[in-house]
Amino acid sequence: MEQDRYIIRIEGLTKSFGTFTILNGLNLNLEKDRVNIIIGRSGGGKSVLIKHIIGLLKPDKGRILVRDRDIVPMSEREMAHVRREFGMLFQEAALFDSLSVEENVAFPLHEHTSKSYKEIMTIVQDKLAGVGLQGMGSKMPAELSGGMRKRVGLARALVMEPKIVLFDEPTSGLDPVMGATINDLILRTKDEFGATCIVISHDISGTMKIADNIFMLYEGKIIVQGSPEEIKESSDPVVRQFIRGEAKGPIQIN
Amino acid sequence: MKNFFGWLGHNFLELLQELGRMMLLFIQAFFWLLRPPFRIRLFLKQMEFIGVNSLFVVGLTSLFTGMVLALQTYYAFRMFGAETLVGATVALSMTRELGPVITGLMVAGRAGSAICAEIGTMRVTEQIDALTVMSINPVQYLVMPRILAGFIMLPLLTIISDVMGIFGGYVVGVQLLDIHGGLFMNRIYEYVELADVYNGLVKASVFGGILTLVGCYKGFYTFGGAEGVGRATTQAVVMSCVLILISDYFLTALMF
Ligand SMILES: Nc1ncnc2c1ncn2[C@@H]1O[C@H](COP(=O)(O)OP(=O)(O)OP(=O)(O)O)[C@@H](O)[C@H]1O
Ligand SMILES: [Mg+2]
Repeated sequence: MEQDRYIIRIEGLTKSFGTFTILNGLNLNLEKDRVNIIIGRSGGGKSVLIKHIIGLLKPDKGRILVRDRDIVPMSEREMAHVRREFGMLFQEAALFDSLSVEENVAFPLHEHTSKSYKEIMTIVQDKLAGVGLQGMGSKMPAELSGGMRKRVGLARALVMEPKIVLFDEPTSGLDPVMGATINDLILRTKDEFGATCIVISHDISGTMKIADNIFMLYEGKIIVQGSPEEIKESSDPVVRQFIRGEAKGPIQIN
Repeated sequence: MKNFFGWLGHNFLELLQELGRMMLLFIQAFFWLLRPPFRIRLFLKQMEFIGVNSLFVVGLTSLFTGMVLALQTYYAFRMFGAETLVGATVALSMTRELGPVITGLMVAGRAGSAICAEIGTMRVTEQIDALTVMSINPVQYLVMPRILAGFIMLPLLTIISDVMGIFGGYVVGVQLLDIHGGLFMNRIYEYVELADVYNGLVKASVFGGILTLVGCYKGFYTFGGAEGVGRATTQAVVMSCVLILISDYFLTALMF
C-alpha cells in the first residue's frame, strides 16, 4: 500500500548544465491527492526539478516514476500519453501570444476533446471567473499585467481537470488578496476533482496554510520534508533561516 | 596557413552537422504530416502568410527585374540586329532562373525571417514547452504546416513572378524601345518550352522547402532570450539565401 500513497517517486536525480550541477542525487516522494509544496532558494533548481517531472528535461542520472512507471526512457509518444494526466503552470505563464486569453484557455479543450464550441466557451468562462478574470476573454496576452498572465496560465493548466498539476510559483507577483484567492483555488483543485498538486512557492505564509507536505530543496537535494508544523519546528539551521527569512545563517549569498 | 585550413575545416564540419540536424527535423515533419490530427486551418493560415502576403513584393521585384533584363539585353542584341530576341531572353531567364530565385530570396527575407522570429520567440518564452506539456507535438503543430505551405506556395508565387517579369520586359522592349510587339511575343513562343516553366516551378518548390525548413530549424533551436532570437533570425535569412543559391546551381545542372 506504500506504493499507492506516492504518485511520483524520484530516485537519485542528477542534472548538470555544463559544469554546474543543479540537482545532485535528489530523492523525492510526492503524495497522491495532496498539496506538495517545494521551497528553496531562487536559482536552486526548483523549476528544473518540475520540468523533469513532466519530461521537458531528461536527467543525467536517476529515475522518475509516475504511477510506478519510469518516464526517463520513454519516447516522446509515450510521454505525450503520460502528459495527458498533467497540467502545468509555467513560471512566466508561457501563454501563446498569438491567441487571445479565451483561446489560450480553450486551446487544450479544442485539441483534446470533441466538445462543441458552446460547451467549451462555458467551461472557459467558468475557469476565467475562477481566477478573477471574467470579461477579459477577448484580450491578448500582451495587454495583460504579469499577475493577470499568470492567472490565465493557471486557468489553462486546470481546464482539462488534470489529475496532477504542477504550479511554478502560482502566487508570486500577485497582491495578497489575489494570492490568497489562488491558494484557495489550489485547495479547491485538490478537494473538488481530487488532483495531486505540486507547487513551487516562495510565499512562506501561504505555504504554511495550504500545504500537506513541504519539501525544502537545498544544494541539489531535498534536505528536509514534513508537514507545515514539522517544518516550522525544524531544528535544521538552513530551514530555520529560510522560513524566517533571515540574512544571517548557514545559507550564503555568493 | 595551417590555421586557416583548420578554421575552414571546423566551419565546414559545423555546417554539415547543422544540415544533418535540419534533415532530421524535415524527416520528423514529414512523418507528422501523415499522422492525424490534420489541422487544416493552421495550414491555410500559413499559405496566406507565406503566399498571399508575399504577392506584392514578389510581383514588384519581378517586374523591375524583367524591365532591367530587357534594357540590358536590348543594348547587347542591337549590336548584331537581334532585338526581337529580347522577349525570348527575358522569358527564358525568368522562367528558368530568375523567377524562382527572386521569389525564393524575397520570401526568405519576408516570411523565412518572420517564421524564425516567431518560433524562436515561442522557444525562449517556453511556449513550445507549453505545447509539449499539453501533449501537442510542436513539430506537427508549428513546423509541418509551414514547410508544407512553403512547398506549395512558392511555385504559385513563381508563376506570378514569371508573368510579371515578362510583362516588365514587354513594357520596356515594346513600349519604350520600339521592338515589334508581335515578333517579341512570337519569339517567346518559339524558344520557351513548357519544360522550362515546369522545371522552374520544381526549383521554386525546393526553395520553398528550404526557406521554411531553415526558418523553422533556426527558430526551433533558438536560445538566449531576445538577443538569441535576433541572432537566429539573421542566421536563418543568410543561411536560406546561401542554400537557395547553391541548390539552384545543382538543380539547374540536374534538370537542364
Ligand atoms: N536550460 C538551462 N541551461 C542552463 N542552465 C540552466 C537552464 N535552466 C536552468 N539553469 C540553471 O539552473 C539553475 C536553477 O534554475 P531554476 O530555474 O530551476 O531555479 P529556481 O529554483 O526555479 O529559481 P527561481 O525561484 O528564481 O525561479 C540556475 O542556476 C540556472 O542558471
Ligand atoms: Mg523557477
